[in-house]
Amino acid sequence: MTDASLPTAPRRFRFDRHASTILLVAAILIYVVLVVALGQTRFLTLENLVAILGRSITLGITAIGQTFAILVASIDLSVASLISASAVVTSVVMNGDPAMMLPAVAAVLALGAVVGLINGIVIAKLEVNPLIATLGMSLVIQGVLSYYYNNFAGNVPAEFQIFAYGSWGIVPYSLLFMFALAALAWFVLRFTRFGSDIYSVGGNKDAARLAGIKTANVVIGAHVICSLCAAIAGIYLASRLRSGAPWIGAEGVYDLESIAVVVIGGTVLAGGRGGIWGTMAGVIIFSLIDSIFNVASVDAFVKQVLRGIIIVAAVAFYAARSQRPVA
Amino acid sequence: MTDQTLARPEAKKRSLPHFNPVYVLVVALILAIIVMNPAFGEPTGYMNFLKRVTALAILSAGALYVIVSGGFDLSVGSIMTLTVIGSSMLASNDPNSTYWIIPLMLGIGAVVGLVNGLVVSYLKVPSLIATLGMMITLNGVAFMWSGGAPRGYLPDTFRFFGRYNITDVPVITLLPIAVICLFGFGAILWWGLHRTNFGRLLHAVGDNPQAARLAGVPVERVRISAFVVSALTAVLAGVILGGRAGVSVDIGSGFELQAITAAVIGGAQLLGGRGSVPATIAGALALEAIFTLLNLLGLAQPVRLVVQGLILIGAVALATYQRKRSGR
Repeated sequence: MTDASLPTAPRRFRFDRHASTILLVAAILIYVVLVVALGQTRFLTLENLVAILGRSITLGITAIGQTFAILVASIDLSVASLISASAVVTSVVMNGDPAMMLPAVAAVLALGAVVGLINGIVIAKLEVNPLIATLGMSLVIQGVLSYYYNNFAGNVPAEFQIFAYGSWGIVPYSLLFMFALAALAWFVLRFTRFGSDIYSVGGNKDAARLAGIKTANVVIGAHVICSLCAAIAGIYLASRLRSGAPWIGAEGVYDLESIAVVVIGGTVLAGGRGGIWGTMAGVIIFSLIDSIFNVASVDAFVKQVLRGIIIVAAVAFYAARSQRPVA
Repeated sequence: MTDQTLARPEAKKRSLPHFNPVYVLVVALILAIIVMNPAFGEPTGYMNFLKRVTALAILSAGALYVIVSGGFDLSVGSIMTLTVIGSSMLASNDPNSTYWIIPLMLGIGAVVGLVNGLVVSYLKVPSLIATLGMMITLNGVAFMWSGGAPRGYLPDTFRFFGRYNITDVPVITLLPIAVICLFGFGAILWWGLHRTNFGRLLHAVGDNPQAARLAGVPVERVRISAFVVSALTAVLAGVILGGRAGVSVDIGSGFELQAITAAVIGGAQLLGGRGSVPATIAGALALEAIFTLLNLLGLAQPVRLVVQGLILIGAVALATYQRKRSGR
């Protein structure tokens, strides 16, 4: 691929490294220009910046997990229904009782770990195509969830709503939490054995196996992390909405959007290359796009149409240069 | 079921498609339904069943083209929704409008399929992402078009294909138009995939795109055509479903996964290279029969999702296991 023509090779390399930064700067510029052009400079305050970021906490937390799945050359389409399930379990177990806060969080994290474990085992041991395995899992979770609940169920005690609504100065706790989680993920990927194993397995599974890495365990580990993050996103969403409903994950299209955000952040869908900070840039780009729609007061349905187009265009922005045929 | 598949050598599968285990499965499921509900054995019982399954069967057979070529098409459900919503908005209760609405919808479908194919082939976006994006977009378009709630009705001329029965037929008493469509389009799709050069190219591209390219196959054009076929059958399925069930804003949702599940039950290999139209239609019959059985057992709608998810994972896991056992 790189030896095709030597002069272009370094340029392409630079582009790949900085594409997410370029997109981020472009999104910021469009936002600023639009706000100034419409004369709505009240949208340029620090409070508004924090508010923009605050809207994408669920997506951000989910995308941190999705980064692990994609880095290991897998993918997780079950995150949206897992988010719904986690939010419902959170609010049903708490049911307004502050004493049940810890058990609820523990139950949801256990749920996430089990789902991730099953996903990982089905993908790594039974060698089922990850798209199908996680789509199937998504159907199963959604089916079980809608069997028991068809509306908002339970409620979250006021003490727990601090997670979504409390803030330190003007910075919400949830935003700090998301960045702390991102920093933790970065640390794991950058400095631990497991992190480097993830890059090896995603880059070339056979080579990784021959180098003595237990590839199945790495894939399973990545899926457990991915599902845990989706579970945490569900907990956050329950705290924010004060209750959980079985459709909130699907409504947010968190499966597709988390994948799109990860890809916009420069992580390659084929695995092995990318990182957390690119994903965070992708999250910020997406919330800026949302804010641009809001400032320009785009119709809700038009917004949905544009979103679909932007997601595909963003993936194409990276994929079009790849030489491999895709599935 | 497992033993049969294992015992049967691969070469025989193509020459003797009758022994695909899915046919045994369909017969067994239908016998089970008849045992639980004898009325099903009457012409009205099984003809209504066939009528109900027609949309999914045609849709799955079309989606199989994309699966055989090595991709996924998740936009088909939203194309169905768009067809139903768009037709009801355009028809405004004029019975004569059907004659231009259906060709127009087929045209829109062809454009959607073309865009899917171009994005996948030339922009190299994985088909799953590209068609998921298309799904979001088209659902948005359908909402936009209808303003959030469906207005207008489909005229009877439009609903003819999904709803009308020919009565007083000897032996079988009644013959729904939908069932004629099922056999007609099924035969056309079978011919296209199994008896034409295009079908052979689809198999080649799905089996090994690089080898196909080196052998001189116009890989991009073949894949784009597969997406166009899939989108066109989705429009036809939408016309039939709209005719049978009427207008609602989420009428097509979930059909994309049911189509993939039907193909997988019919023994199609995901990521390309193998699949059979009759077996896929049988897969659709099996899926609908399972849903009917769940209904008869008094299990609620959401159980369908769980069963479908488990079938999807199980069938693919089984197929992978068999491929590994046979050393390929």
